Amino acid sequence: MNAAHATEGVTVPFGTRIRNWWGSLDRWQQWAILVPAVVLIYLLPVLNPPLLSTEPGTDFQITLFNAARIALIAIGLNIVVGQAGLLDLGYVGFFAVGAYTTAVLSSPDSFLNTSYPWLICVPLAMLVTAVSGLILGAPTLRLRGDYLAIVTLGFGEIVRLLADNLDPLRGQRGFAAIPGPEVTRADGSQIFTSSDGTPWYWLTVTVIIVVLMLVGNLERSRVGRAWVAIREDEDAAEAMGVPTFRFKLWAFAMGAAVGGLSGSIYAGQVGFINSQGFDVITSILFLAAVVLGGSGNKLGVIIGAFLIVYIPDRFQVIAQYRFLIFGLAIIVLMIFRPQGLLGARQRLLTYGRQAYQRLIGKGEQISSESALQKHGNGVLR
Amino acid sequence: MTAQEPPTEEIGAAAPEGGLVAELERMGPQERAVHDKEVAAAAATDREIAVGVGDTLLELRDLTMRFGGLTALDAVSFAIRRGEILGLIGPNGAGKTTCFNAMTGVFRPTSGEVLLEGRPISRRKRFDITQLGIARTFQNIRLFGEMTALENVMVGTDARHRTSVPGAVFRMPRHYAEERAGVEKSMALLEFVGIADRAAEKARNLPYGYQRRLEIARALATEPKLLCLDEPAAGFNPAEKDDLVSLIRKIREDGYTVLVIEHDMRVVMGVTDRIVVLEFGRKIADGEPDAIREDPAVLAAYLGVPDDGHA
Repeated sequence: MNAAHATEGVTVPFGTRIRNWWGSLDRWQQWAILVPAVVLIYLLPVLNPPLLSTEPGTDFQITLFNAARIALIAIGLNIVVGQAGLLDLGYVGFFAVGAYTTAVLSSPDSFLNTSYPWLICVPLAMLVTAVSGLILGAPTLRLRGDYLAIVTLGFGEIVRLLADNLDPLRGQRGFAAIPGPEVTRADGSQIFTSSDGTPWYWLTVTVIIVVLMLVGNLERSRVGRAWVAIREDEDAAEAMGVPTFRFKLWAFAMGAAVGGLSGSIYAGQVGFINSQGFDVITSILFLAAVVLGGSGNKLGVIIGAFLIVYIPDRFQVIAQYRFLIFGLAIIVLMIFRPQGLLGARQRLLTYGRQAYQRLIGKGEQISSESALQKHGNGVLR
Repeated sequence: MTAQEPPTEEIGAAAPEGGLVAELERMGPQERAVHDKEVAAAAATDREIAVGVGDTLLELRDLTMRFGGLTALDAVSFAIRRGEILGLIGPNGAGKTTCFNAMTGVFRPTSGEVLLEGRPISRRKRFDITQLGIARTFQNIRLFGEMTALENVMVGTDARHRTSVPGAVFRMPRHYAEERAGVEKSMALLEFVGIADRAAEKARNLPYGYQRRLEIARALATEPKLLCLDEPAAGFNPAEKDDLVSLIRKIREDGYTVLVIEHDMRVVMGVTDRIVVLEFGRKIADGEPDAIREDPAVLAAYLGVPDDGHA
């Protein structure tokens, strides 16, 4: 894989080498690698590879679906934490709002009695969560750092306590018979059922691909630059004409909407939700996925989410120690690799490739020195 | 995942072998002069400015700034004319940076007004003031370290862009138009300040002198009516200071108005058209460099007054 760049010497880090190698490929070469990789990802539940499989302990398809669901959450949380640098400890709140909105709109137990089909509930759930992101963000995004983290922690708890105690939200009794997408086979049986993870996995992976493209569009635009500028130095960003408050609100709303989307899919899959499973520890687990994989790196957080779900399911012996193990893993990571498994490197320009080509005669090479060793300093003086 | 490639119109001219850096080395002096002129034209602002050259662009009217019992600025008034390089000097703690911060919206003045093109701006938000046309650099460099040099400058150009989340997610035509215009402007600015050869590097990996220049390029990218430089020569050796002086002159020739806070007298005397001197939050002198050099009040502030009792 890295043979082409082995000549560069040992100083270039492995990840950077991979990235440069990837960047040096043509579009069609990238597609030639990407398409089979995606096909393989889609085929995973069908292949059920012997070593990879979590069976007989846990249903492999369900594990994959859960991994994809958490990956979607990690992508949403990554907008807030990785891109805009706003530490959100109550992200599970948005997940819960998404799940509950779907439940309230579709379940026969609901006081609304609307019984909307799942497909209509999803956009509504995203809208409601985005608005809840705005409601949480508007008063709190004037805070910074630790203070913001504490307030968001509170938000997550408030959502859970409301679900527990508000009578219409039914607390522990919960909402049953939440429908999934109404798609039937030729023989009339439902495709999307709680027991079969495969169609849900495929659906979620498809959603992830679409969300990744849209989030990528955001990244390579004024919005992505504004977010990273805020993360790097909020005062300087403000002084450079970035309306920081507005863009922080956008980050919150976007992140919330993706969390709500995941919650909505979750509600549809399990078919029953109550106030359990939306606690702070779940929130921390989401954050662990982001931090472990590499805050700010979209691919990284997906890998992080996969590990967080997959490892306890695959190695059942350690499942009860998972928080201990993830905690230790994160401590070790913070010491040796604080940027996470895959470090962040966002491309923030739509025309970046062409611009760097024009200026320095190469594509975007981000390893710290490689671009300039050939030309000395100050040629342009 | 990689999204679709944007409409492929070339950015700037076709990319030469080895990029611009190699191309410049191949150029003869005449070719180079023509090229430099093009760069300067691309780096200039085409923004409408309501006042003519030589008229008052920014005015401070009795600006007072109190922090509790401390009066950092005491009824300071002066004007900056369009097209000039104004120096703001004073001993340590005289209120130079406070004055700067009050102008750029970091602090809200206790009383008094700041007028840009005759309109009051002191109640506005910081980013708003930047968008209106006052850009600044920082005494201690504050770049976006994880971004490349080019991306840093792009953030500056974004101050004049209007694409927001919907436009960026769905790739509206305005997004592409702004993105293209912005990147061309940013490339020109990097070359204008002389750091285009390291455009692709993270800002935090750049050498100190490059970082200072990058800050100036980023501020210029907002197309300011007034560019404020906060101690741009801090930490420079004499040769670098000379380069800086010529860069500041070049910026002025490109049609910008510049306000410089500086300690280094050689830089201040060498580059400014006019100097305002502050001491203990008060303005004690305002005039051309030669006059300031001889001004008794300024000499007293910097060198102290002979004590009559022992004289």
